[in-house]
Amino acid sequence: MRKLAENFGRDIQAGLTELGQASLLFVESLQFTLTGAARQQPVRLSAVMAQAMEMGIRALPIVTVLSLAIGAMVAIQGIYSLGLFGAESKVTLGAALSVSREFAPLITGVLVAGRSGSALAARLGTMKINQEIDALTVMGINPVRFLVAPALLAMLLMLPLLTWFADMVGLFGAGLYITTTLGQSFPAYLSDLQAALKVDDVLHGLGKSAIFAVEITLIGVVNGLGVSGGADGIGRVTTRAVVHGISAIVITDMLFAWLVIQG
Amino acid sequence: MTPAIEVDRLFAHYGDKAVLRDVSLRVAPGEVMVIMGGSGSGKSTLLRHLLGLQLPTSGTVKVLGVDIVKGRRRSMLEMRRKIGVAFQSGALFSSMTVGENIMLPLREHARLDEATMRIMMRLKLDFVNLPGSEDLMPAELSGGMIKRAALARAIIMDPKLVFLDEPSAGLDPVVAAGLDELILELKATGVSLVVVTHELESAFRIADRITVLDKGEILVSDTVDAVRASPNARVQALLTRKVEHATHNPDEFLLALTRAN
Repeated sequence: MRKLAENFGRDIQAGLTELGQASLLFVESLQFTLTGAARQQPVRLSAVMAQAMEMGIRALPIVTVLSLAIGAMVAIQGIYSLGLFGAESKVTLGAALSVSREFAPLITGVLVAGRSGSALAARLGTMKINQEIDALTVMGINPVRFLVAPALLAMLLMLPLLTWFADMVGLFGAGLYITTTLGQSFPAYLSDLQAALKVDDVLHGLGKSAIFAVEITLIGVVNGLGVSGGADGIGRVTTRAVVHGISAIVITDMLFAWLVIQG
Repeated sequence: MTPAIEVDRLFAHYGDKAVLRDVSLRVAPGEVMVIMGGSGSGKSTLLRHLLGLQLPTSGTVKVLGVDIVKGRRRSMLEMRRKIGVAFQSGALFSSMTVGENIMLPLREHARLDEATMRIMMRLKLDFVNLPGSEDLMPAELSGGMIKRAALARAIIMDPKLVFLDEPSAGLDPVVAAGLDELILELKATGVSLVVVTHELESAFRIADRITVLDKGEILVSDTVDAVRASPNARVQALLTRKVEHATHNPDEFLLALTRAN
């Protein structure tokens, strides 16, 4: 029992330490972004663009496929469940709100956590084991400026953009099913969509995705930099980054939804 | 003249375990100091302290006159621009070509145009006998080529002080001798060098002075001839590669085993 309590205490301590590290990395990244150029230590735009390309542009095909499927799935379930009350005609409202407020940011966040969060952890972990992080430090190149800040900025730029793209594709997928099943024309569907969807609904999803972006990046970085051992260690931190990233996204999503609705 | 390196009464611990004990040494400008010792002797830990990658429990470490514990961020940055480091693994960035690796310090610290940086990079590649390899990726290089490319990156900013961690480890004797030649050529330009190695032949060839570490303590820090003539048994064991057998009293050994249960 005592050992169990000790282990629990150790886990809590390790978790708080990682939270502290993540906070420091976030603050330091912001400092370099805002004041780095004045200190002759700028965050390179080319590095941000390279990361944005990898995290955002290369994720477009899979985001397209998943969003299309999720949109259609929401429409299928919506028509079925609303049909029980004879309210199929309200499916556009349900699809619009659930895709823009919930499914698009959540699925995109989970996808990017699995794809880019893990890649970031693996990359930094490998760099640490190969002494590349030490090499940067002794060259007078701050690893946070060189590696973390570009990844954070790229993620902050690309995840909301991907989420917005997922909104469009998801609603298109929902529209395809709704128009085919209910015999509605596509312009009529778009008109319903326009009436149902408010800017706030889209911003709700985009706001969440910005928070997810920070979480995915910092979790990937903290895990990558905390690697120990060889290839085994890299495998471990990569898995950990994905599990922690997805968990953080789902919990934040729930808290965000609850807070916004309370407000 | 300010010493290249000045270490005074350095103590370092990993948890409760002391890994460096009362280490003091100086490296004069233009001098080649070789740090030797067996596995676990503390030489890598000492190197990490000299590079400011780890902070000591107590004692001072000054590199090019900058105290790595108390030094301000700006002076640390200035100091880092004047040193070069070639790590044991090379630590080349795997996502960059050899040329990009070598030019990285220039891109970050020097305000030079691309053409000038490329010329400087090619000069350094020529110096380390790797001409024409700037477009190769690190994964395409042999062990010896990686070491030489890492050396080229270490000297691209024309540093005053160069650290080399096990430069000839894992290389065949011919390639290793070639690297020794490069080190001697660098020394001839007035650069101070700190070389961590356990290759005796290489150490005696390149060193002005040798520091021998064992169990975190300096056994001797002197000229090559003085180290060779050292009466210290542990130094001689290292120099003659004599295996030290632990002596056990069988009774005490059995007693200790029983107690452990």
